[in-house]
Amino acid sequence: MMHNLTIAEQIKGLKNRDFSSLELTQHYLNRIDNSNLNAFISVTSDQAINQAKMADSILAKGNAASLTGIPYAHKDIFCTKGIKTSAGSKMLDSFISPYDATLSDKLNSQNMVMLGKTNMDEFAMGSSNENSYYGPVKNPWDTKKVPGGSSGGSAAAVASRISPFATGTDTGGSIRQPASLCGITGLKPTYGRISRYGMIAYASSLDQAGPMTRTAEDSAIILNAMAGFDSKDSTSANISVPDYTQNLSKSLKGLKIGLPKEYFSEGLDKGVEKVVMNAINDYEAMGAKIIEVSLPNSIHAIPAYYIVAPCECSSNLSRFDGVRYGYRCGDPKDLNDLYLRSRSEGFGDEVKRRIMIGAYALSAGYYDAYYLKAQKVRQLISEDFKVAFKEVDVVMGPVSPTAAFDLGSVKDPVSMYLADIYTLSVNLAGLPGMSIPAGFSDNLPVGLQLIGNHWSEELLLNTAHQFQMVTDWHNASPVE
Amino acid sequence: MSLDKNKVKEIAFLARLSIQDSELEQSTQELNNILGLMDQLGEIDTGDAEPMAHPLEMSQRLREDQVTEDDLSEEFHEIAPKTGNNHFLVPTVIE
Amino acid sequence: MTWETVIGLEIHSQLKTKSKIFSGASTAFGAKANTQACAVDLGYPGVLPVLNQEAVKMALRFGLSVNATINKHSIFARKNYFYPDLPKGYQISQFEIPIVGNGVIDISLENGENKIVGITRAHLEEDAGKSIHDMYDEYTAIDLNRAGTPLLEIVSEPDMSSAKEAVAYAKKIHALVQYIDICDGNMQEGSFRCDANVSVRKHGDKLGTRAELKNINSFKFLEKAINLEVERQIDILEEGGSVVQETRLYDSIKNETRSMRSKEEANDYRYFPDPDLLPVVVSDELLLDIKKSLPELPTEKKLRFVDKLGLSAYDAEILTSQKEVADYFETIINKGADAKLSANWVMGELSAALNKNQVEINNSPIPSNELFVLISRITDNTISGKIAKDVFKLMWEGNGSVDEIIEKQGLKQMTDSSALESIIDDIISNNLDQVKQFKDGNSKLLGFFVGQVMKATQGKANPKQVNQILNEKLS
Repeated sequence: MMHNLTIAEQIKGLKNRDFSSLELTQHYLNRIDNSNLNAFISVTSDQAINQAKMADSILAKGNAASLTGIPYAHKDIFCTKGIKTSAGSKMLDSFISPYDATLSDKLNSQNMVMLGKTNMDEFAMGSSNENSYYGPVKNPWDTKKVPGGSSGGSAAAVASRISPFATGTDTGGSIRQPASLCGITGLKPTYGRISRYGMIAYASSLDQAGPMTRTAEDSAIILNAMAGFDSKDSTSANISVPDYTQNLSKSLKGLKIGLPKEYFSEGLDKGVEKVVMNAINDYEAMGAKIIEVSLPNSIHAIPAYYIVAPCECSSNLSRFDGVRYGYRCGDPKDLNDLYLRSRSEGFGDEVKRRIMIGAYALSAGYYDAYYLKAQKVRQLISEDFKVAFKEVDVVMGPVSPTAAFDLGSVKDPVSMYLADIYTLSVNLAGLPGMSIPAGFSDNLPVGLQLIGNHWSEELLLNTAHQFQMVTDWHNASPVE
Repeated sequence: MSLDKNKVKEIAFLARLSIQDSELEQSTQELNNILGLMDQLGEIDTGDAEPMAHPLEMSQRLREDQVTEDDLSEEFHEIAPKTGNNHFLVPTVIE
Repeated sequence: MTWETVIGLEIHSQLKTKSKIFSGASTAFGAKANTQACAVDLGYPGVLPVLNQEAVKMALRFGLSVNATINKHSIFARKNYFYPDLPKGYQISQFEIPIVGNGVIDISLENGENKIVGITRAHLEEDAGKSIHDMYDEYTAIDLNRAGTPLLEIVSEPDMSSAKEAVAYAKKIHALVQYIDICDGNMQEGSFRCDANVSVRKHGDKLGTRAELKNINSFKFLEKAINLEVERQIDILEEGGSVVQETRLYDSIKNETRSMRSKEEANDYRYFPDPDLLPVVVSDELLLDIKKSLPELPTEKKLRFVDKLGLSAYDAEILTSQKEVADYFETIINKGADAKLSANWVMGELSAALNKNQVEINNSPIPSNELFVLISRITDNTISGKIAKDVFKLMWEGNGSVDEIIEKQGLKQMTDSSALESIIDDIISNNLDQVKQFKDGNSKLLGFFVGQVMKATQGKANPKQVNQILNEKLS
């Protein structure tokens, strides 16, 4: 079945004319049609068909780019010209983007086929994809459970094989956590690796895009296409893009793996812990050395993140005012009425909460105690990693304290925030991190987190790939 | 640091959000819970750590002073909620 | 009860870059509404700012021109507030660490004295768009062409103690930014905007509460607005009231200031470093390059005019206050014309003609090289100063070059002394009464004789020669 092929295999298949891009695309569009996971906000079938036909003609000429004809699902946080871009919010329900994000442009320029825009937590704020104006996404492994968030739609789409890969974004774990809960491979690269231009901003100093695939090899292939300097993004790093597929098969003998003791304390579900430790044992069997490390400030990542991110987002979301685009309330009586009602009617509860927290933390008299203090803690967290990476090459641990939980079961915002404990530090420090399928707990997927030093995506992908060569978790599927 | 309902209303207005009186109680409660989380920061001794605004040690790149953008006002106005005479329109503002 | 006035000025100077400070849209004035506002300027979701290097260089040019501390690491910060002409809901500005720190500038007061005014800081920021309230009854119309135009906000120390001093300072800065070619100084078009912070206090007291005056678009109005405000504050305080810290708009038609209603709500700007931008780092090399590229500044030029050219301080001040005038003048001097004479002509006849016809010196129908020729013809005695004025008028009207006009009109000075002597002899013999009076002590009558000679020679006699011969013959 075409949908069980990896991207690497699909590329070969297209090249060898085993099937056409049009066939591949139609296959996925049918599967999407029959899926009830609510993974997509928009399905762009007509455009996809046209893109597939175009891809086929280029493939026929023999001068195709590496990903020509490969279909993908695009998180609805990326602006796509002429196509609805909602960020999962009523505020942008009517927004047809007048321009393409750099990432959209990059994928288009390879003549890839966009199947549609995936569902997500509103403005990327959430860990369960229950905060979407378009309704929650269901976990393909158990449709009563959440897929994780904010890239829940993307994770569910890839896991249920209704798309070979999907784009995601990660500000506090939003690629890695849904990848873990849905049993797929998710990569958040180093901050600055992928352009943020056209990626609707949540927390500017933390946001980063990344590929969500089934395998590490696929992730490397996609990262090659996504990464690179962009002059339109001042925070984009001018660092050359290596071929991430080159060194996937290097031996892991002698690899030093750090296990942060703070990541294995109470609060971590026993089932999840078991899966993670088994994976660590597999690494040991491959010749890696396991060393205990300490990240003493990691416990402070939660308050630090939940100040920095809301502060930045409270300002980033001020542009949504009903004046130039997006939702405008009916019959505004005066300017304040326009602002108050457009914003209150357009934004969901979680978004409003974070805006309020941010506005408060930045307000007169609180800046030093909150924002400035949080940025100092951020420095400490970053130094913890610097110290750890002197001893080890890769840090590993769980992604999330539990496997997927029931839809509607976590009502308290704070409880939701606390579950981000293992992923937040990585964003605060700007480091690359991955989640790879490592097993099951109560029949639900559990991911293993890999964290590397800045610009060590190659090593991470190699480390992930080798694991996938000796285990089979990444091949498990909730569907046929 | 605990917020009272008036403070919550103040902050909401600062962010141009309106909270109905019926929701005020719950909103205040929720925000105070979250603030409780944030207040843990106060207990941390950050020593002489510098605030980290960006995870990468980079300085601002400079762009050449060239006009590179075309007039896309027609497309922009098509997606605007209310325009007139090539302008964006809002209810009259009194200065 | 003597009241002291304390004034500080905040000047927003639009930098004359081609493109906006954070986007590649054009900054050209006068375009149709919203045709020069790109996605970045409009604050679409996902757009990001990238800094214009020319704006940085211009800010540094200013900093170096006022001997200011340059902050080699400066930070852009967001100033958060909601207003329809502020698309992102925040203005990108600089808060804690501006690119230019403390500097100084000296101003000339009316009594000829100099005063040093401190400059607190100058920082880069983006301009907002325009709100038009009278296009529609029920709507305010927003034009975002101006949104994103680079501004240099220049903040003075509260060192000025009168409206006149404030105007002198504003004019000096106005001239300086044009001198160093960073701003076109067009106040009508809004490229140079002055806001005044005004407070009063009794001598010896601490600073009073200040009010901020906005919407002032000429130096004349600046003086009026400040004086009005000082009066208003004194009136309030003398009646036992207190001044409210607020922003007031100056209405030039009603000649009054009134409180800005929309700003009555306290604005908490929630400044924080903009996470989409990184620290701006200025290298020593860049500073050196910029320093080298600066033209001679007005203060240095003025000193040189006084020391090397022997002009009075007053004349030097006028000639150096505008770069175009200084350039015009120096072209003439560099060709070898007499400095004093040239100064008189530029500040006198030329200036008057330019003003009368509302023409800028750059568009003068008499370019500097032609005025040089006119002045040379006076110096070489071809024509008298008086005749030269007539030639000037004819040149202005486009009647040809200096020599062509002199030739055509037959205006050459009469220098033939024998012909002159016989004319003078005639006049003396026809005016014996006056001759007697003159010799008896009425020296004023010399003018009468000179007048007669000029009449007889149609003004072409060389005045110096006339005087010389008359004095000989009448003694």
